[in-house]
Amino acid sequence: MIWLNIIIQGVLTGGLYAMFAAGLALIFGVMRLVNIAHGDLIVLAAYLALVTIDALALNPLAAIVIVAPVTGAIGYALQRGLLNRTVGDDLLPPLLVTFGLSVIIQNGLLELFTADSRRLSAGAIEVASFPLIEGISIGVLPLVQFIAAIVIIGGLQILFYRSAMGRALRATADDPSVAQLMGLDNRHVFALAMAISLAVVAVAGVLIAIRTNFDPALGPARLIYGFEAVIIGGLGSMWGTLVGGIVLGVAQAVGAQINPGWQLLAGHLAFLAVLAVRPQGLFPKVQG
Amino acid sequence: MPEPLLEVCALDAYYGDFQALFSVSLAVEPGEVVAVIGANGAGKSTLLNCIAGTIKRRCDAIVLGGQAIGDLPAHAVVARGIALVPEGRRLFPSLSLEENLLIGGQLGRPGPWNLARIYSLFPALSERRHVPSTALSGGEQQMAAIGRALMSNPSLLLCDELSLGLAPIVVRDLYARLPAIVAEGSSLIIVEQDIAAALAAAKDVFCLQEGRLALAGPSAALSREAISAAYFGA
Repeated sequence: MIWLNIIIQGVLTGGLYAMFAAGLALIFGVMRLVNIAHGDLIVLAAYLALVTIDALALNPLAAIVIVAPVTGAIGYALQRGLLNRTVGDDLLPPLLVTFGLSVIIQNGLLELFTADSRRLSAGAIEVASFPLIEGISIGVLPLVQFIAAIVIIGGLQILFYRSAMGRALRATADDPSVAQLMGLDNRHVFALAMAISLAVVAVAGVLIAIRTNFDPALGPARLIYGFEAVIIGGLGSMWGTLVGGIVLGVAQAVGAQINPGWQLLAGHLAFLAVLAVRPQGLFPKVQG
Repeated sequence: MPEPLLEVCALDAYYGDFQALFSVSLAVEPGEVVAVIGANGAGKSTLLNCIAGTIKRRCDAIVLGGQAIGDLPAHAVVARGIALVPEGRRLFPSLSLEENLLIGGQLGRPGPWNLARIYSLFPALSERRHVPSTALSGGEQQMAAIGRALMSNPSLLLCDELSLGLAPIVVRDLYARLPAIVAEGSSLIIVEQDIAAALAAAKDVFCLQEGRLALAGPSAALSREAISAAYFGA
């Protein structure tokens, strides 16, 4: 019974990791851009929510509605103004530039908000829970987060595979130069992908900021969960990313149960095991 | 003399320091089929890519309907009505056949072509519409690539080596559809290594040799000797 509980809690946490990963997977899939600043953008979204909540006296969950379009717009501008100049055949320039961006965001946040750790308060929902069966109760907040993850990932899956915009994203991912011949402006398509990625980041960033403390230096720790979930899941489907996040969450929960110090280690070990046995991930992209 | 649809005026093209085209000029009239022939590496594909905008060129080197469009990027050239069927077909592998066609029509340029018309031009495609483009035969892929370009309702269609890697009977079948495309008002520039196919389909022929125009004239008036001299060099 205790193990069932641990697995359920791990699955729920995995939804958060999947949200971190979905944005990373999207932009890597479309433009081969490895965004080292992704974790810092998650933290930035949390601070944006903090400012919004202070200014408008909103509930954090309501603040998402404001923060997500703002980070989406930031993503579009960032891609058009900066990152489009770095994407190309070589993976290294975007890696270096986003690494620089990561440093800038961390230090900018440190300057503005100090190194104190902060938290978003959502009120009673934080501690509310309901019994599932005898001996297992589920927190309302983790459940809301998990449902949000499923809705977002399902939404991205539909956007990507059923809509005209998704068609443009996939075509550009397949062959950017031929996509231009279809009248698609790569710079715009890439910027849209980054905008979607950062809108998802906002949801993930706010939801995790309700659950755990954050400070300006936390970005890289968020980033690594995202990376690991992407690699475990593979790039073939958004649902793979969700599975990747869940594998990571469950491994961490199990590790923590065995020994509290093993929580992070167990997650990394699960990641390394997948990398060793199935480096293409659980749901790899089908090669044309 | 009708106003030409497209004029290429003293076009030079470069890959880095290497010059691929030297002062190439040609004109295409509305509703006309023009063939560009030449040996491997003569600059035929480069010429098409310059017209389509995937290679940098001088602004006034490409004139469409009296307007210089040489400074436009490829995605803006399509919007003006020039579509390219790229060499080797290059369908999008993660899209189905129909999605490939739809992406070709995503600009929504008005004109005669839509999904239904493409399927009636190439009936073989219609039952394969939901198949991944990678599962199509070579001939089907070429039809899909032509259909994808037509979906943008171009006034000028550029076809790069339609016959590449295809069986002669499939090539003959493809060329038999070209008059139907011209009948809808598109002009065509066909690049070919298969000289017989090019001569049969086109009114005017231009022969490139090492990046320079070696011969130009109506296909009916050119002797095989003249063509072979222009093709291989004297």
